[in-house]
Amino acid sequence: MENKDIQLKSIFLRKQLLKYIYKAKAGHTGGSLSCVDILNVLYNRVLNVDPLHFNNPDRDRYIQSKGHCVEALFVTMADRGFFPESDLETLCAYQSHYIGHPTKKVHGVEQNTGALGHGLPICVGEAIAAKLDEKPYRVFTLLGDGELPEGSNWEAFLAASQYGLDNLYAILDYNKQQITGDNSQVLNTAPVKDKLEAFGWAVKEIDGHNTAEIEQALNSGPFEKGKPNFIIAHTIKGKGISYMERNIKWHHGVPNPEQYQQALNELEEAEALI
Amino acid sequence: MELDKIEEKDLKMGAANQVVFSETLQELAANDRQIIAVTSDSRGSGKLVPFGEQFPKQIVEVGIAEQNLVGVAAGLASAGKKAFAVSPACFLSARALEQIKNDVCYSDNPVTLVGISAGVSYGALGTTHHSLHDFGVLRAINNVIILAPADNFETEQAVRFAAESKVPVYMRIGKKAMPFLSDTTQDFEVGKGRIVKEGSDITLIATGETVYPALKAALVLKEKHQVNAAVVSMHTIKPLDTALLDELATNGKPIITVEEHMVNGGLGESCASYLFQKAARNPFKIMGIPDEYTVTGSQIEIFNHYGISQDGILNEAKTLLEL
Repeated sequence: MENKDIQLKSIFLRKQLLKYIYKAKAGHTGGSLSCVDILNVLYNRVLNVDPLHFNNPDRDRYIQSKGHCVEALFVTMADRGFFPESDLETLCAYQSHYIGHPTKKVHGVEQNTGALGHGLPICVGEAIAAKLDEKPYRVFTLLGDGELPEGSNWEAFLAASQYGLDNLYAILDYNKQQITGDNSQVLNTAPVKDKLEAFGWAVKEIDGHNTAEIEQALNSGPFEKGKPNFIIAHTIKGKGISYMERNIKWHHGVPNPEQYQQALNELEEAEALI
Repeated sequence: MELDKIEEKDLKMGAANQVVFSETLQELAANDRQIIAVTSDSRGSGKLVPFGEQFPKQIVEVGIAEQNLVGVAAGLASAGKKAFAVSPACFLSARALEQIKNDVCYSDNPVTLVGISAGVSYGALGTTHHSLHDFGVLRAINNVIILAPADNFETEQAVRFAAESKVPVYMRIGKKAMPFLSDTTQDFEVGKGRIVKEGSDITLIATGETVYPALKAALVLKEKHQVNAAVVSMHTIKPLDTALLDELATNGKPIITVEEHMVNGGLGESCASYLFQKAARNPFKIMGIPDEYTVTGSQIEIFNHYGISQDGILNEAKTLLEL
């Protein structure tokens, strides 16, 4: 896939996730728009996973710790062929497997997530298993900046460093906002880079909406032999839709018909510029 | 020995159940490289020092960080390992409860959660170190088998079962040396209560380290009062052996449950709930720790304080039998 194609794919996935949030009248809109470029690159350029042979024990693992941004995940996985897009018509419907957080009932989802601060410890276990078995697979997780204060993350940061898990990649979707407001107002976790380096991780900072930068970072590991990899992806909550960007009311806001149409128009304009 | 003719002198003294746990795990690990012990600075109290020395690549130490202990164990299990997360029961079943609920049970990662020094094993250390809530909280979580082996035989069988289980298992074990409750030729089956003494005048259903005082009370009942009590080791708290309860309740005779756990949410309430809905009307008494600030002291002193003892159980039985 050429770089232009993957940029077009990012526009397409934004349209898709808005479409299903609009239909379901529910979803984490702002956060899904902030992490969708990362998911696009992960599933289309990085992860060694095959929808037809998902149970291959040597596959790369991806566990989405910020489970609430499941809409970005589901549209990316549907596009990648894990399940028919039409399944998403049931998003959040009674008895649907496509609920408001990832579950293993959906083909291709590694773990059930949703409670925050859970993804990384599981990834540490998977990465230790890979080392013990001398398997080549890599383990990826996507963390939200709002979940960074969870103590379990810091327990896992320590353990990942102790075990030298250079096969582990934690990507921080660093949009700097959470449901109450700015991270710095709610509970300041900055400077993240200094903290993670002090915890023994190798850290890279990237533009989390630049697909080329994301791909370069995720495929260039390990950044330092014997150290787990931390990618600070600077992002914008609501990225791509002017009236949603950095506006906290879109944390889980659902567009009305006029807003939805405007969003589609803006994405069409962005597409024309690629 | 015949189960209705058992005498206390027949009981052979064994080791602490957590010693048997570690020895069994070590034996299994010798032939199964997939077995991994995960510890939270707990290899000493879990009696896993020899395990760690023999299999340094099969032990993962995460430090005093119980949430990560269970999360890491879930990840190991997800990658095909037979992960045994070993930590004092008080911390494992409370500090890491959300990881147990989500990462192990909900995500269906077949970890074995081993709660060591369970119940009031750490008697004098106080409530922070007691696990009198673990049955209750875990009974309310889907997809976990809860085991409380009574003696060395049950402990060994429970560990062997857990190593092959495709369903998550929580087992709680103590640190006091325990006698064998009967000869070990009996079958052990998870989900089936083990009858350690037969009898038809009253039924004592106990679990874990309270089966022994229940059996001693039954022996006194027989010797001094010509009362023949059945004693059941209900080593599987969940799923409950309802078929056995049906069988035990049919004679309409009194039933006493005994556990090293709060009465709230424990084995007794589980049995009562089942039997009441089946319209059983046996006289029924739940013995356990009441809903109050728990007294401290040695395990045996705490048992005596709350009547989870030979004398306490005997008195309850006499009351129900109107002796």
